[in-house]
Amino acid sequence: MSTFTPRPGAAPLPRQVLAQASMEARLMLRNGEQLLLAVVIPVIVLIGAVQGADHIGLTYQHAAVDVFTPGVLALAVMSTAFTSLAIATGFERRYGVIKWLGASPLPRSGLLAGKVGALLLVEVLQVAVISAVALLLGWDPHPGIAGAVLAVVLGTAAFASLGLLVAGALRAEATLAAANLVYLLLLAGGAVVLPLSAYGSFGTVVQWLPSGALGDAMRDALINGVTGWRDLLVLLAWAAVGTVLTARTFKWE
Amino acid sequence: MSEAAPADPAVRVDGLAMRYGDKVAVADLSLTVERQSITAVLGPNGAGKTTTLETCEGYRKPQRGTVRVLGLDPVRQRRDLLPRIGVMLQGGGAWSGVRAMEMLRHVAKLHAHPLDVGMLSDRLGLGECGRTPYRRLSGGQQQRLGLAMAIVGRPEIVFVDEPTAGMDPQARRTTWELLEELRSDGVTVVLTTHYMDEAERLADRIHIIDHGRLIASGSPLELTRGGGAGSAGISTIRLVVTRPFPPGAPESLRRALGQGTDVTQLDRVSLLVTGPADASTLAKVSRWCEENAVLPESLSLGQRTLEDVFLEITGHELAE
Repeated sequence: MSTFTPRPGAAPLPRQVLAQASMEARLMLRNGEQLLLAVVIPVIVLIGAVQGADHIGLTYQHAAVDVFTPGVLALAVMSTAFTSLAIATGFERRYGVIKWLGASPLPRSGLLAGKVGALLLVEVLQVAVISAVALLLGWDPHPGIAGAVLAVVLGTAAFASLGLLVAGALRAEATLAAANLVYLLLLAGGAVVLPLSAYGSFGTVVQWLPSGALGDAMRDALINGVTGWRDLLVLLAWAAVGTVLTARTFKWE
Repeated sequence: MSEAAPADPAVRVDGLAMRYGDKVAVADLSLTVERQSITAVLGPNGAGKTTTLETCEGYRKPQRGTVRVLGLDPVRQRRDLLPRIGVMLQGGGAWSGVRAMEMLRHVAKLHAHPLDVGMLSDRLGLGECGRTPYRRLSGGQQQRLGLAMAIVGRPEIVFVDEPTAGMDPQARRTTWELLEELRSDGVTVVLTTHYMDEAERLADRIHIIDHGRLIASGSPLELTRGGGAGSAGISTIRLVVTRPFPPGAPESLRRALGQGTDVTQLDRVSLLVTGPADASTLAKVSRWCEENAVLPESLSLGQRTLEDVFLEITGHELAE
């Protein structure tokens, strides 16, 4: 058999998805700005919020670190699943990566699965780093594991579908701007890190945003040890709407 | 492999028509590509080459007509077809931050029986830039990586869109040798190009496309001979003069030369005479110059090139 004698064939789908997920996770972690967004900013927000609460005498029923850590974990999920994913996908469209993969053995469902896998890999790292910092600050979480895992998974689904919606419709630069802007707006006014109670009557609106729902579900799980079903349903609804809209509007080139 | 060549050609395009808005990209195009050959789709920019290729690759659904690749419908039987073909896009296709060899290894993992990536990088001279991020590769290196990505999965057919654009002469030769080796190992190669010499040197068969239409097909020899056994030995005389030709010069020269020759005006000061370039024709040309008071600057004989063929058929030059 000569060097190039044809012997075509697709690798088994799970192997392709795993390769795609690890490739995308590596690229995400290699990128300075994305790393800033994924780990550095959440850690700074956590330390800042805990120190700040002491200084200005904000008091909650629980220690400040217990109140803010679940929200910072929610922020980390949002930054990866929404902002990082949108920016990465926007530039994949720009550079023809998605187009090229469209003629490779990796089916679109496999590409999507690879992206979700990459997000979950990065999120595991984020949760590990943020939790370690929080424990150093004296975090004493209530082990509502089921509620927290559900919140991360559904929050990832909701934000990822919205991130792909932006990336699939706008040009790469516009996606970069929009994804960062939405991130900042939700960080400030989306009840991610600060509990709903901090927003007064505006909180009744914010609780229907994916950011508010994710933050609240995380706080329910890790402060009170309960599963926040209402918030999880809100996330599920956002995921459904985002998926339908993305499927209709996403342009591969 | 031992399996006999199946009856289906590698590619069969039949009556393909594609338009984007008002712009006709491809109009009633039909062509076939035989297996284990190198076929060049030649034409100027905007002729419809990429659209035709992308229809074969399943990116675009034919608006009219049918396209079959390895006997399969590239849109409806996409999943069966894609693992069997290799695609090199016209630029791009890799993440900006990915290292060259990392990208190639990744693509290899999507396939069941990939080539050895080390061997491939040696063959394409990717060794020295293996750890360089894609965005910092030169244009030629990006092209070579693109070619490696197209063939690493050991496809039966590769579609390469302008494979040597932006390459230095050395890299072009390496690429040509690789494409020839692919063919001799049983791979079908379909390439688009607007380089005449590339098509002439590489292709077993050339399809010339202009304005979305197939205007000529054949082996390089058939095309440059002008087809038909009787026309063997045809060559060209290129006449360049010092001042612009008077109006009607081509017609007048054609009358002077008589049957069996053709005259095409290339620009204001040059004409191309196609036909038997013998002593008598040369004598007639110089007598015509004398009678029409034009002073030849040069009078050169040559074989007909693909460039001449293209010019004769379309009335315009290939290069933009």
